[in-house]
Amino acid sequence: MSRVCIVSGGITKFAKANLLTQEAMCKDALDYALNDLNGRLELRDIQTTICTYFSDHFNSQLLFDSLTQDYLAMCPKPSMRIEGGGATGGLGIRAGFMDIASGLSEVCLVYGFEKMSEVNTEKGNEFIALASDTDFDFPVGGYYSGYYANMAQRHMHEFGTTSEQMAKIAVKNYDNAFHNRWAQKHERWTVEEVIKAPIIATPLTRPMVCVMSDGAACLILCTEEWAKRLRPDGDYVVITGLGCGTDTMRLGDRPRGDVIPLPGDQPGKYDYLVGRWPGVASFRGGREAARQAYKQANITRPLEQIDFAEVHDAYASSELQTYEDLGFALYGQGGRFVEEGHPYVGGTLPVNPSGGLLACGHPVGATGIMQGVFALWQLQGSISRHCGDAAAGIDGSKIQVENARRGLIHSHAGTGTYIAVNILERA
Amino acid sequence: MTHVYNTNPLQVGRHYEIDSIHSYGEVTDFFLGLQKRKILATRCPNCGRTWLPPRRDCGACGKPTEWFEAPLAGKVHSFSVLHFAAEAFMADVPFVLAYIEFEGIDTVFLSRVTGCKPEEVYIGMPVHAKFRRLVDWTPNDVVFVPAG
Repeated sequence: MSRVCIVSGGITKFAKANLLTQEAMCKDALDYALNDLNGRLELRDIQTTICTYFSDHFNSQLLFDSLTQDYLAMCPKPSMRIEGGGATGGLGIRAGFMDIASGLSEVCLVYGFEKMSEVNTEKGNEFIALASDTDFDFPVGGYYSGYYANMAQRHMHEFGTTSEQMAKIAVKNYDNAFHNRWAQKHERWTVEEVIKAPIIATPLTRPMVCVMSDGAACLILCTEEWAKRLRPDGDYVVITGLGCGTDTMRLGDRPRGDVIPLPGDQPGKYDYLVGRWPGVASFRGGREAARQAYKQANITRPLEQIDFAEVHDAYASSELQTYEDLGFALYGQGGRFVEEGHPYVGGTLPVNPSGGLLACGHPVGATGIMQGVFALWQLQGSISRHCGDAAAGIDGSKIQVENARRGLIHSHAGTGTYIAVNILERA
Repeated sequence: MTHVYNTNPLQVGRHYEIDSIHSYGEVTDFFLGLQKRKILATRCPNCGRTWLPPRRDCGACGKPTEWFEAPLAGKVHSFSVLHFAAEAFMADVPFVLAYIEFEGIDTVFLSRVTGCKPEEVYIGMPVHAKFRRLVDWTPNDVVFVPAG
């Protein structure tokens, strides 16, 4: 089996509203990726495509993947739509990997989009809430900020996590995004301002919650033979680990049992949590996805062996929870992880150097692919070229992780119902 | 009449509305139970797991479950005061969305806490079921209020 490589990527600038059609946004992302290969890849070289988007409600158009496949001049090639809520993009990368690894394809375009601006935010929240149990959870007033707020509250109760720690994560991500021209938000916040901002759902304030967004993103996956042809300088990355975890649709149905150990964990490491995990405070699916990906990529000491991570921070609280699921910090110490400075650019393991979903935006079907694009650029050392904009005073080099050789991308759906963790490494 | 919001690019209003006939299927008894002031859960005779909301088939081992009455008194397992919501619930804000834990039930149950100020709710707070007299045939037919 050939190693599965990623050679190029493209995104549109995520925005509150992009008035182009979805298919044109996808084309813009694809053109960016093709341009970055200096004409070495032509449309006809793409053998299969994977299309990812989340909600038919946002589009009021079924089979949108046929519209985009058509618009991108990909007919009559094989294609599939992948949908898995917020993890749609990460699962799309997994599907693209399957296309190449199985030998069904040598060059696969994985692209995704979402256009959320055609309805108001309350209606958008309602559409997204339909991705929770509509018999039991949505009808009582449940929606995602409410579910995540409940998780955060329980995490605070069990482990002493604080609003300040969550606010620090938000501030970090907004600060990073200041050096990323693709980010939807270029805003400066202080910890105090984040905590005092209007409340969405206690303890989450407005800047701790990502916003609706329009955008598209794409990645070109291929065999190593093609990668060497498309990047003669060897400037491509290899997918070395893929994990996918799931959990119950209703957050309240999660068991209270024992922690799933990661490769390299000593027995007894989580004895303090016996019979309590994951409950509503942690993401079992994220842990399981990390376990699989680490096993494949031979990662037993994530803090030392991973150079950066792009994780699904739809909420500042969920980034904190995710530090723990990914083994960056012990369960209960996600807050300390940020207080000690580890996830900052220049820290032990920079998390969301791009600015993450909080600042870059979260056009659901594009988000997981956006993470892959930023990870590719980090590993190529090309963040400055792609994310900087001298005319606008944006210096992308400030978020380039030095000597990045291995990155993790983490794509997450629902209340942790689907999670894809992919490990990318420099060739 | 089509409402025009903008001409370049052209942006027009579209209406989208659906009425449907939805079946609660195999968990119908839960909703009928609320009308009788009962909270019905299921237990797996094979592995012992208890489910609220109920499931006909055990979510842990797949075996058929049996109905039983859950206690009406529980405790707040976690909660949030919502100041923003999905469009259908914007008129209700602020309200308390909470997970309720019960003795002998392995899951926690999403509901609302009413009958006190939102800032008085805390994790571990004893609460008691309160049923709607005019049923809505939704899980809103039960809410939880401070016990005692």
